[in-house]
Amino acid sequence: MDSVKHLRFDVAVVGAGPAGIAAALAAADSGRTIGLIDDNPTAGGQIWRGAYNSARPSASSIWFDRLNKSAVQIVRGARVFHAAAGELAAESDDSVIQISYGKLILATGARELFLPFPGWTLPNVMGAGGLQAFVKSGLEISGKRIVVAGTGPLLLAVAAYASKCGAKVIGICEQTTRPKMARFGLKMMLIPDKAAEALRFAYNLRSIPHWTDCWPVAAFGNRRLETVRISRQGQTSEIACDYLACGFHLIPNLELPRMCGCRLRESFVAVDEYQQTSVSGIFCAGEPTGIGGLELALVEGEIAGYAATNWEDRAKHLFAKRARHQKVVRILQDAFPLRPELKNLARPDTLVCRCEDVPHERLCEHASWRAAKLHARCGMGPCQGRICAPAAEFLFGWQIDSVRPPLFPVRCSSLVALSSHSAPRN
Amino acid sequence: MSESISVRVNGKIVSVRAGSTVAVAVLASGATCRVSVTGQHRSPLCGMGTCFECRVAINGEPQRRSCQVLCEANMEIETNG
Repeated sequence: MDSVKHLRFDVAVVGAGPAGIAAALAAADSGRTIGLIDDNPTAGGQIWRGAYNSARPSASSIWFDRLNKSAVQIVRGARVFHAAAGELAAESDDSVIQISYGKLILATGARELFLPFPGWTLPNVMGAGGLQAFVKSGLEISGKRIVVAGTGPLLLAVAAYASKCGAKVIGICEQTTRPKMARFGLKMMLIPDKAAEALRFAYNLRSIPHWTDCWPVAAFGNRRLETVRISRQGQTSEIACDYLACGFHLIPNLELPRMCGCRLRESFVAVDEYQQTSVSGIFCAGEPTGIGGLELALVEGEIAGYAATNWEDRAKHLFAKRARHQKVVRILQDAFPLRPELKNLARPDTLVCRCEDVPHERLCEHASWRAAKLHARCGMGPCQGRICAPAAEFLFGWQIDSVRPPLFPVRCSSLVALSSHSAPRN
Repeated sequence: MSESISVRVNGKIVSVRAGSTVAVAVLASGATCRVSVTGQHRSPLCGMGTCFECRVAINGEPQRRSCQVLCEANMEIETNG
């Protein structure tokens, strides 16, 4: 049986991306005990993936430096799978960890929205952020031909990054319209901190074609991706490539906030001005409260960290800064709405649920997510609907209902070990 | 040049940069990660531990998410793909 570890923190922070790191550091100023819990092998989350151990200085270095010098206890490789009655349960490679806390800060980040189209399950069709994550994790892409597709500013970042790493980025397929894209660029230029970033992107991307009103229609290949068919302003064409990096913007990771009982507002965690959720003593920062990017995540994290340690004055000083960065949330929402044509990409036999291989035609028979789960096993595999449920929400307009423990598949021995040590109660 | 590290993927020696994840070693080997319930070959999608497409056996332990595990010298990685 796995061993059970017990940890107790005045403030527990779940998620060691920018929001979580900023929250933990702000909370640590109070001198209280702070735990920073993350499922990855190193801190940094997605945007700072691979930066923690990098010798190269970057924007994240100053934060990692502060983290290393702080008293924050980092609990790496720990997947939180249950939350109840003021306790979290997490599983690591060799043990179960019971974490009790005074205050809890949720900084669970976001993932990409994937939409099914014929061939999207082929090897080497990846998320846009997904491909970037693999490159940051060591994947060599020098000389590889890459098509970047989907929607949102992440595509620009991924294309610029892949190009810098020596890949041949054939083109960026952006589903939004050219006027919307142009307005997005102009609005971002008016935000002081974003103007420099926008110009840098424009410079780095100057040799890469950027197609608007453009999206992938199908991917083909024998055992792995060989070509992608795209629709571009109504015309289809085929492009030979090694990787298709495709994501339709970001969606918040709400599983843990929901399990904690936090109320949602328009598909995000509802928070007050101190980043406190509807549950007293539980705070939330970063993308789960609205997709707004790095700077907003950092300032929300700091506010949550100060508020969780009763340092309201310090938190208040950051309200104006947060308001400035919150403008980005609205700009992103307006610029990249998903067009209805994307609902028609999946053919009857296109898989929607990749874990249980459930095709689109099996879902059409049902009226709700719940019915589709019960009758077709959609969302019943190991990812527990993390990939197919958001797709089904877009395709069919279904409401995705409850979450249940365990939040991730866990070893039987973890459940047994936990139950014999007074498991969290529902 | 950063330090490299060698692991075995389905018996074949693969060299990757130190700090690489197991998923990267599998991608570099040319193997696919798993075979789906209807027999399709799959490789990673999300890169961040949510899609479960990158599951492989690591040192005999099956169903590990290879994008969440760092390569260690002489690790034995077995895929179904």
